Amino acid sequence: MTPDTRAAAARLGRPARLTRLRALGGSPLQRTCLLLLALFVLAAAAAPWIAPQDPTFGSLGDTLLGPGAGHWLGTDQGGHDTLSALLVGTRTSLVGPLAVVVFSTVTGIAVGLFTAWRGGRTDALAGRVLDVLFAFPALLLAILAVALFGKGMTAPVLAMAIAYMPYTARLVRGLALQEKARPYIAAYTVQGHSALFVTVRRMLPNIAPTLLAQATVNFGYALLDLAALSFLGLGVQPPTPDWGAMINQGQAAVLQGQPLSAIVPAVAVVVVVVAFTVVGESLSDTIAGRDPR
Amino acid sequence: MTEAPAGTAPPAPAGPVPAGPAQAAPAQAPAVLARAGRVLRRLAAMAATLLVTSFLVFSSLYLAPGDPVSFLVRGRSPGPEQLAELRHQYGFDQPFLLRYWHWLEGVVQGDFGRSHLFHQDVSAVIWSRLPSSLLLVTTAALIIAVVGVGAGIVGALRRGTRTDRTLMLLVTIGAAAPAFVVALLLRSLLGVRLGWFPTIGNGSGVLDRLHHVVLPAIALAVTFTALVTRVTRSAMLDELRREHVEVALSRGTPRRTVIRRHVLRNALGPIVTVSALLVSGMLVSTAIVETAFGMSGVGSLLVQSVDQLDFQVVQAIVLLVVAAFVVVNALVDLLQPLIDPRTAAGGSAR
Repeated sequence: MTPDTRAAAARLGRPARLTRLRALGGSPLQRTCLLLLALFVLAAAAAPWIAPQDPTFGSLGDTLLGPGAGHWLGTDQGGHDTLSALLVGTRTSLVGPLAVVVFSTVTGIAVGLFTAWRGGRTDALAGRVLDVLFAFPALLLAILAVALFGKGMTAPVLAMAIAYMPYTARLVRGLALQEKARPYIAAYTVQGHSALFVTVRRMLPNIAPTLLAQATVNFGYALLDLAALSFLGLGVQPPTPDWGAMINQGQAAVLQGQPLSAIVPAVAVVVVVVAFTVVGESLSDTIAGRDPR
Repeated sequence: MTEAPAGTAPPAPAGPVPAGPAQAAPAQAPAVLARAGRVLRRLAAMAATLLVTSFLVFSSLYLAPGDPVSFLVRGRSPGPEQLAELRHQYGFDQPFLLRYWHWLEGVVQGDFGRSHLFHQDVSAVIWSRLPSSLLLVTTAALIIAVVGVGAGIVGALRRGTRTDRTLMLLVTIGAAAPAFVVALLLRSLLGVRLGWFPTIGNGSGVLDRLHHVVLPAIALAVTFTALVTRVTRSAMLDELRREHVEVALSRGTPRRTVIRRHVLRNALGPIVTVSALLVSGMLVSTAIVETAFGMSGVGSLLVQSVDQLDFQVVQAIVLLVVAAFVVVNALVDLLQPLIDPRTAAGGSAR
């Protein structure tokens, strides 16, 4: 056993890897971002219980109120409580990107591993197909999906998953090619293990941390794109609370000099996306420091 | 999401690979031929990509639930006879590939069909909105190039200082600040509160139009400026680490000259390549910005057409955005030798 294979074997030790991942909280900024994300996830989970009001209930006597005792973040022009809408909207705003990231990562892993393993003509052909997909930006594909299947979230989420897939596939392919050249893979192949076993059970765990970092950053981008779609009035439809739709609804009030009901969800979008980017980048820094390739 | 291509080139001296003077004359012709071949191959690849993307955009119509003809005329209720006539008019009584071919013939000649909403040719509708969108995109591109590259250079030269850290924080926030949020803040602060800029519409007359386009252009530019800053900074840092920079400095070449001629010049290749990848995202973002500022342009036309079920227009705009991306990236590839002559020699000098 060469030192290289032993190191590779040691890296397969699952618990050790998990502890390293857990110890990611580096700088105060990174810890703050992680905490913020945890808070938002908690808010999404508990929204119906902690929201002070029904966000779909609009009291026409209380439109465009400033922050006060009854409404901590004021109300919008329909008299809906902004805080409640923000809390309940966390759900739709986080579930959509989650679906995009899960779909695109799973398909990206499949495509990336397959093409890297097969190599040759398959790889070249897949590369051309991915090149074509790169020409379709995610938001454009989502808009096209709405034009075809109507407003809502299902079709755009699927369309965006397709648009995000090439990025993951490229990354997986690159990493898998590097891993493929390592002795432990040859060792497994020589022992007669199937390609599926070697790639999925042995290769994938070694590249998973990098993929996790990429998926985290992608989550932020997907959130931006889906919020943009709802902002354009093509995604989540009122009265379902959603951050992008809330910003859209608040537009008219902005011109009246009452921007609060639009600024609250806008700040939420930026904070969550910054937090995801920071956490994702700190993850990949941790991985880079741990395993110099 | 996009990263600068990692340079793995040997620390070659700047400038084209020297060809021996003795063999220069006979080598000239093959070199020209090789370059022409390279250009032709790239153009062929571009044409192939355009063909495939156009096919995808065309056939997307058939993904829509139900009959394609009824899908195209949603929102109206034609009788069975009219429907049959429309079916013939759109060519749905022809085989799929033949219909694609006719459509493609039309598209190449600028015929994208008719818009139900405007009762006009799609191309006429788009054409009338194009100037204001072009003004918006050019202004934004100018901001992105000047501020993005400038900030990236400053960040790289002051690496690790407080200036650099502040810039990088701004980049993280800027990359996460979507156009609709920036638009919201600009409108409410500089538009409504301070009243410096108009908050809605395109304006009329040259100066008024420029006045109207300032805020939208900034809103469009922020995210991409952040990305270009990041790319410029990392490309500059890659170059700064090279040996030839150290050699030039130790020879006593002024630092300013070294930065300009040895670092920035070499970093320009990746900066341009990555910027070209941002083109399609930027064109789509015009939809957000134009809608936010109530401007009339191709982007807001796209949103309006989706909203009003005018699929022919949607299809045309999607195709144009994708085609613009493909063409710009092919052009950048072809112009790369002018930016960095080493790529002409070996193709992989970087």
